[in-house]
Amino acid sequence: MSQEVGRGSDHTSDSAPYSFGGQWSPSAIELERRLARKARSRKNALVATLSSILVLGTLAAIVVTSPGWKSLSDTFFKWAYGFEVLPKIILGFGANVFLTVIAATSVGIFGLILALVRTSRSPAITPFRILATIYVDIFRGIPMLLIILLVGFGIPALRLQGVTNNVFILGICAVIITYSAYVAEVIRSGILTVHPSQRAAARSLGLSNFQTLRYVVLPQALRRVTPPLLNDLVSLIKDTGLVSILGVTDAIRAAQIASSRSFNYTPYVMAAGIFLLVTIPLTRYTDRTLRKSIERQNAQGLA
Amino acid sequence: MSIPVLALERVRKAFGSEVVLEDISITVPEHTATVFIGASGSGKSTLLRCINLLEQIDDGTIKLDGADITDPSVDPDEVRRKLGMVFQSFNLFPHMSVVENIILAPMRVHSKSRDEAIAEALELLDRFGLREKAEQYPDRLSGGQQQRVAIIRSLAVKPRLLLLDEITSALDPVLVNEVLSTVRDLKEHGMTMLLATHEMGFAKEVADEVCFLEHGRILEWGKPEEILENPKKPQTKEFLKRVHEAGRL
Ligand SMILES: Nc1ncnc2c1ncn2[C@@H]1O[C@H](COP(=O)(O)OP(=O)(O)O)[C@@H](O)[C@H]1O
Ligand SMILES: [Mg+2]
Repeated sequence: MSQEVGRGSDHTSDSAPYSFGGQWSPSAIELERRLARKARSRKNALVATLSSILVLGTLAAIVVTSPGWKSLSDTFFKWAYGFEVLPKIILGFGANVFLTVIAATSVGIFGLILALVRTSRSPAITPFRILATIYVDIFRGIPMLLIILLVGFGIPALRLQGVTNNVFILGICAVIITYSAYVAEVIRSGILTVHPSQRAAARSLGLSNFQTLRYVVLPQALRRVTPPLLNDLVSLIKDTGLVSILGVTDAIRAAQIASSRSFNYTPYVMAAGIFLLVTIPLTRYTDRTLRKSIERQNAQGLA
Repeated sequence: MSIPVLALERVRKAFGSEVVLEDISITVPEHTATVFIGASGSGKSTLLRCINLLEQIDDGTIKLDGADITDPSVDPDEVRRKLGMVFQSFNLFPHMSVVENIILAPMRVHSKSRDEAIAEALELLDRFGLREKAEQYPDRLSGGQQQRVAIIRSLAVKPRLLLLDEITSALDPVLVNEVLSTVRDLKEHGMTMLLATHEMGFAKEVADEVCFLEHGRILEWGKPEEILENPKKPQTKEFLKRVHEAGRL
């Protein structure tokens, strides 16, 4: 490696005026700048650390030394008891995970169908389009808790032949019914943002309506709505806890049982921690996807 | 006389109460290029879109190789398979690489095998000097390269007729030429074409016939020298003067 420094050094003289030489090594000025930058970023990190310790430490000190801290920590942070009931809560969380997997899959399919029906312009679809619109309007406008109550308690009350009374299944159905309406709207907005010329370009290549949707419109639409869909997934994971109201033993219900037995709220805190363990990584991942997707769209705007 | 590739007879098109095309009759013989000029909004795009059956005409007939394609029993997808069209912008599918863009229709519409489609796509890219861009995504190409790929993509299905709608209008002036030379190359190889353009110099060079459209009517048509150098109608003169002032002749 040559240690040559300085601008206009002689290895650009051989070929074309735009040859950038083979081996560039940073000039003295650049090396100096790098040192200065490194020093500054070290100083910044130090300031950030000190100020964080100061602020967070003060806050912690205020909380811990406050008169109510003893009873607060006994009620919410009694770790020994918390870990004693943890296995039950984790077992309950299994129900939340199972609910999420089943619901997310069904919601994906049903929401996609609703979105396709709503964006279709085919006259044969018209009645279905109206129905889909009504469906989406209704189920986006009602609190999900109400839907869960209506489906979970209402349907067994009908005493229909061949219809299940299993609260777990009914709970899943209520979640699917509600979330499909949300997801349908997200996907629909994605379909609408695909430029009309893309459709025209696909059709002029001879692709059928369905092929245009399948190969051109949907891939772009779904890619664009991946971040909001991931957001909905995070909400879905949390909202599966709502079916505990039907008596499904999920993490929340397990925590509730443990808590009512001892009049201590630490099990709830444990349950919250378990939810966070799943939702925080997913939220970070969603953020990253969103940032990437914005970058990609900006890049397309330039072309 | 042989049957022209394309023949329009008294075509009319309205959007609601706004008549956009009126009494359009043209014939396009094989291996010729017909260029439409006219102000923005004169109906050039609509005309090309009608030929491609992206719009439905309100009267008249359009014949492709002598067959009436405006007959309601005709399958539009079937017709579009014989036509290639390139638009002003947003042609390429951004989620597919260049080669995937090109093989989509050969594979899905013309049932070619993937290998065969790729081989043909690479051959075309080679011919137009874009071979090394095969694996790139459209957002990594210059605007001129994107339009050239769009042209190549429409060639991949071996169209009878190519419809080019102001394909250089959205481009940086320095990129216009590479696209125009691609079209020139096609013309030399006998491709039958219909173009809408504001590039008068280019029109003069490749056109066998120039049609001047105003408010959806063909006001004047003929050899490029006649229309572009000795226009008879005052409107044509006025239009060419304005284009000239904009620095495009
Ligand atoms: N889908 C449409 N709906 C209503 N009016 C349209 C539509 N497309 C084009 N037009 C109108 O038709 C006229 C001709 O447009 P266009 O064919 O795009 O002209 P050009 O390509 O020559 O600029 C314009 O007045 C335009 O507003
Ligand atoms: Mg136009």
